[in-house]
Amino acid sequence: MHIQIDEISKAFGMTAALHPVSLSIPCGALVALLGPSGSGKTTLLRILGGLEFPTSGRVLFDGQDATGMTVQERRAGFVFQSYALFRHMTVFDNIAYGLKARPRAQRPTKAEIARRVTKLLDLIQLPHIAGRYPSQLSGGQRQRVALARALAIEPRMLLLDEPFGALDAKVRKELRQGLREIHDETGLTTVFVTHDQDEAMELADLVVVMSMGCIEQIGKPKDIRGQPATPFVREFIGA
Amino acid sequence: MSDATLPLPAVVRPCRRFRAPTDEAPAARRLLIALAVVGIAVLVLAPLIVVFAEALADGVAASLASLTNRDAHSAIRLTLTVAAITVPLNAGFGIAAAWFITKFDFRGKSFLITLIDLPFSVSPVVAGLCIVLTFGANSAIGGWLVAHGFPVVFALPGIILATLFVTFPFVARELVPLMVEQGRAEEEAALTLGASGWRVFRTVTLPNIRWALLYGVLLCNARAMGEFGAVAVVSGKIRGQTATMPITIEMLYNEYLSVAAFSLAALLTLLALVTLLIKTALDIRHADALAATPAH
Repeated sequence: MHIQIDEISKAFGMTAALHPVSLSIPCGALVALLGPSGSGKTTLLRILGGLEFPTSGRVLFDGQDATGMTVQERRAGFVFQSYALFRHMTVFDNIAYGLKARPRAQRPTKAEIARRVTKLLDLIQLPHIAGRYPSQLSGGQRQRVALARALAIEPRMLLLDEPFGALDAKVRKELRQGLREIHDETGLTTVFVTHDQDEAMELADLVVVMSMGCIEQIGKPKDIRGQPATPFVREFIGA
Repeated sequence: MSDATLPLPAVVRPCRRFRAPTDEAPAARRLLIALAVVGIAVLVLAPLIVVFAEALADGVAASLASLTNRDAHSAIRLTLTVAAITVPLNAGFGIAAAWFITKFDFRGKSFLITLIDLPFSVSPVVAGLCIVLTFGANSAIGGWLVAHGFPVVFALPGIILATLFVTFPFVARELVPLMVEQGRAEEEAALTLGASGWRVFRTVTLPNIRWALLYGVLLCNARAMGEFGAVAVVSGKIRGQTATMPITIEMLYNEYLSVAAFSLAALLTLLALVTLLIKTALDIRHADALAATPAH
């Protein structure tokens, strides 16, 4: 799905989290929103997912105005920073949640839900953990379950908030590759937020560098490395 | 220190004396345990035993007989009715208030939290007086209500209002800290997965708070059945009509009917013990689920 962000701004009370920003995300792209904390990247991601509403501006999905769309209607697969797995449900029930929440007419049968959950557990390479609770999983496993849960609803796009932030360096590298593979396999337009420039450069097709609620530069990783557009980008990338 | 001064057994010996930095010295530990046991025995256990001993002073038959008269029946029925009405209402209010406080940011939030705590800091007698002054026959609202055949003071609605006021904080107080700690990420996740607001509440919020909610409801119930001060003011203590169990106990005691008073008191205590037993049974049965939800 093609995502168009048109002059979006967001203020929390008196403080502006986003100055009007515009951005076009092509169909099937893997995009990184890169910036230090407080740069507005998470706010922008949450606006895309329908968890925040912009103060002004529009969001377009495939050319259709989606600004007023509810979070449920958007069908965005969202992976939260701390994963937000349902702690009182097993891994199976976590992944099945979105399918069970569908209106009766569109809800798959029990057998079909079980089949899809099994398939997703295979996709994240954790076929044996269906019966466990989130508290019994490692950080990397939780992250992958959160990804499978988001994919279960057959999302129109994938939004990830610091997906590897809470993991150690080795697991982080593995999961980066895993996300790339899942993206290539599903072809979903994917946006992830990160403050780690290596992660952004290595994983993304397109990197959006943000600072203080503004977009500093949009470009391919090598262009941003080669020709930083502003002093901020040069310093942030150089660091 | 040379190796010669450290023979092998010396490495083993200190283990016996090792204790974790958070452990107390054995003497201090024993003293603390003794203090706790004596405290519980004197303050909690002894009065309980006295209540039951006094109730059974003239034998079981006399005790049971004192519970079967019309006034005792009326008191028991009234107390159970009040608890049955106030506990679900306050559970609902408590969940709504905790939800509102923890899931939304708004101006005046700290004021609302203070307001919820108000019944803890106001004396129940004062609360009762406020209800009498607001809804009594001499007030504008009260006069209108009495004229339309719906008296509040010296009747069941007043007792319910007073009990609601006194027991209001119990459920909310249990839920707010837990819900603050849990945040709203799980609810947001459920929304992005397509669940409606009501479904999110039913399948995510409620299961996450169920143990705290149950505990709040049990506390609320115990207080609703045992409330004396506020109810004493608003009920008018009409025997057989507006006298709840605690008020009947007081009246019987003042009339030197100690077997009757203590029998009813023992029954009230048993009701409280039953709720505690239910809680313990639930704790044991759902130990697995509790272990899987570390936040509680």
